[in-house]
Amino acid sequence: MATKNIAGHQIHVNDEGFMTDPQEWDKEIAVEIAKEEGIPELSLQHWKVIDFCRQDGVSSGKAPTLRRITTAAGVLTKDMFTLFPKGPAKKVAKISGLGKPEGCV
Amino acid sequence: MVTATATATTPTFVVKQEDKPRHIAFICSKGSLDMAYPALVMGWAALGNGIDVTIFFTFWGLDIINKHRVDHLELAPVGNPSMKMSMMGVDTGNLGIPQIMGALPGMTAFATKLMKDKMAKIDVPSVREYLQMLADAGAKLYACKMTVDMMGLRKEDFVEGVEAIVTAGDFMDMTDGAQVVFI
Repeated sequence: MATKNIAGHQIHVNDEGFMTDPQEWDKEIAVEIAKEEGIPELSLQHWKVIDFCRQDGVSSGKAPTLRRITTAAGVLTKDMFTLFPKGPAKKVAKISGLGKPEGCV
Repeated sequence: MVTATATATTPTFVVKQEDKPRHIAFICSKGSLDMAYPALVMGWAALGNGIDVTIFFTFWGLDIINKHRVDHLELAPVGNPSMKMSMMGVDTGNLGIPQIMGALPGMTAFATKLMKDKMAKIDVPSVREYLQMLADAGAKLYACKMTVDMMGLRKEDFVEGVEAIVTAGDFMDMTDGAQVVFI
């Protein structure tokens, strides 16, 4: 398994760049991964989604799908595509230190 | 001698155009419940992967976006060899539903309810909700002009999110370079 140095931390990632151990995550890492994903600054709205994903992902053991985020966190689909353009669920999962979301919706 | 390199793992059929985002276009020509879902599911998956999506509804496919029809799409057991008795929860293996039974009044409604219940169980959104999700996520939805004229429909007959009524030629222009899937 590959390791990567992000924000001064040595973290484990898979082939697609998703963190494999959610416990290694912290907010500084999120900020750095977000930059790599083309989001220069994380707003309060971004954090609302990230916080939900962290909570949901760590308790269920898997990254929430886009529909899970929109229905359970009450974030509009439109807003998700504005906040995390081009594949929001995958992007937010990566930033939140979770695996790739599975499931068709 | 040619030796294996890291780049050799990319399949040759994958054409990457870095300057242009990937674009998938679906042509929906069928209006039954089971033929409505493929484009919705794949379109949603494409958007989730950062791929642009265009859907062109033509012929019976217009039922999918017709606001008077969208909640009443049906699944017909007649002429569908994949519908087995076991779908109704009876352990009968490969035994099919006899066609004559499928033709009985109420069987289409029954099969439709069965499919809708099964989908609701695994949290699949309804067709109407899916269309809304796709439109919100930036998919472009279009109705075929020729069919619209033929069926005497108007823009007001379609669900919100349908952008315009366009000709087949317009569709060709809009999908230049896209991967096209016909359903």
